[in-house]
Amino acid sequence: MSQAVRIRAGYLLAVAALLLAPQFFYPVLVMKVLCFALFACAFNLLLGYAGLLSFGHAAFFGGAAYVAGYALKSWHVPALVGLLLGTLAAAALGWLFGRLAIRRQGIYFAMITLALAQMVYFICLQVPYTGGEDGLQGVPRGSLFGLVDLADDRNLYYVVAALCALGFWIIERAIHSPFGQVLKAIRENEPRAISLGYDVERYKLLAFVLSAALTGLAGATKTLVFSFASLTDAEWHTSGEVVLMTLVGGLGTVYGPAVGAGVIVTLQDQLADKVGSLVSVIMGCIFVLCVLAFRRGIVGELQALYRSATGNRY
Amino acid sequence: MADTIDYILETDALVREFRGFVAVSSVSLRVRRGRIHALIGPNGAGKTTCFNLLTKFLEPTSGSIRFNGVDITDERPAEVARRGMVRSFQISSVFPHLTVLENVRVALQRSLGTSFHFWRSERSLRRLEPRALALLAEVGLEEFAGVVAVELSYGRKRALELATTLALDPQLLLLDEPTQGMGHEDVDRVMQLIRRIAADRSILMVEHNMAVVAGVCDTITVLARGSVLAEGSYAQVSRNAAVLEAYMGTAEGGLVGPGGRG
Repeated sequence: MSQAVRIRAGYLLAVAALLLAPQFFYPVLVMKVLCFALFACAFNLLLGYAGLLSFGHAAFFGGAAYVAGYALKSWHVPALVGLLLGTLAAAALGWLFGRLAIRRQGIYFAMITLALAQMVYFICLQVPYTGGEDGLQGVPRGSLFGLVDLADDRNLYYVVAALCALGFWIIERAIHSPFGQVLKAIRENEPRAISLGYDVERYKLLAFVLSAALTGLAGATKTLVFSFASLTDAEWHTSGEVVLMTLVGGLGTVYGPAVGAGVIVTLQDQLADKVGSLVSVIMGCIFVLCVLAFRRGIVGELQALYRSATGNRY
Repeated sequence: MADTIDYILETDALVREFRGFVAVSSVSLRVRRGRIHALIGPNGAGKTTCFNLLTKFLEPTSGSIRFNGVDITDERPAEVARRGMVRSFQISSVFPHLTVLENVRVALQRSLGTSFHFWRSERSLRRLEPRALALLAEVGLEEFAGVVAVELSYGRKRALELATTLALDPQLLLLDEPTQGMGHEDVDRVMQLIRRIAADRSILMVEHNMAVVAGVCDTITVLARGSVLAEGSYAQVSRNAAVLEAYMGTAEGGLVGPGGRG
């Protein structure tokens, strides 16, 4: 009971922070953090709860960014329709990737997803619709239902916050659903799950598609925020960065990856004009430190600390 | 058809080769409905391979498998499980970081048909909990319902595995060494449990402990080097010269029977 109250209080606090954040921080930075937080949480749904390490999530992030950007710029669709198209495209791509990759495990799974993502990157670079090296520039933000002008950062902020909150809610719900239970069982002991009559590949595929779709939502929203989709979004670098965010924040904790995304994005933003390309070295050091000393990540370590302090194991 | 109904599981000339090595060679096994059937044999005789073939965790090189008169040779492992033939594993096989209750509940929840519902709350699974607790009580684990499975003792993990298997209400249980690594008291408890379970089910078990085999099994099939060496009741099999030869390397003396332990 008291735990339920604490959780509810935690959510209220998070919502309050989300509503007040633009009063204290530059809204575009907060929106960027939110997009990457959603990306990392979606990635964690796959790695932390299904035990599948995808090294090709940039394809969904970048693919959705391009699809949404193209739809908004060339077809002049309303903002939310653009986001929806991006999300659906990522889900479809996720289904295709999943069908091909899920039969393999561990490093082979990671390599297949990486290879497929590189193909998507190549397509993004070569096809005439994406603007090649330049990417899609000047994507209009449009308006919400023709009423609210999204060109205004504050207005857009609340839309992005609501979308990301929806994304987080879907992830949270999926983790604590009958489906999430089966997923955990598969992660824990796959042969046993099979022997209980579960077609594990179908569960993994659904997890993969969900993760890809939510990653797509994050990527499409990012296009709306920055008014552009670029090759960086689809690059393997981005696939690596989301692994870093997830590990720094806490693998397999529901909101750890969001914290990780916040830390990494803010650091990159603050350091970019101070240390230049050294930022990659700093990220590398953080990664090494995290893997060696804080394997549970920020949230994971805090949880462990809290548990040992209170003697409460759950 | 009428005579096949008597047998819940039948294999016909089942063969499995690994790169030229024949692990299971032309095994024709028939498990009678409602009986406890043991599969015994020296190490490397192909018992576990046989289990893996029957549950389709391995594809047979040739031969066929019929469950309840239906040919299941080409089915996937999960399909076989859904038909009512559920296996346990040689090494205790629980979901270590789920609670004891959740372990059993995962097995029960497939029957709800909501296992793909990622939008539904976990609370919808609570109505399975009375049934899960009843199953835990059956194996004497009800007081451990809230414990994370990894913290259970070895014997209790095996009991949990049995409860999880029973949750599927299988017609045929395949138990791979259910008493392996257990102390005397646990062995006795498991034997009683197996007898109780078998009241309305069929069981095929691999077992090394001859006291258990003699104590609970109706029919015994002896495997050696991948083929069936002998079949019959414990009394018949334990006097069979070929069996003694395979076990002891000599036809003198007898198998370590019920009196040989304890």
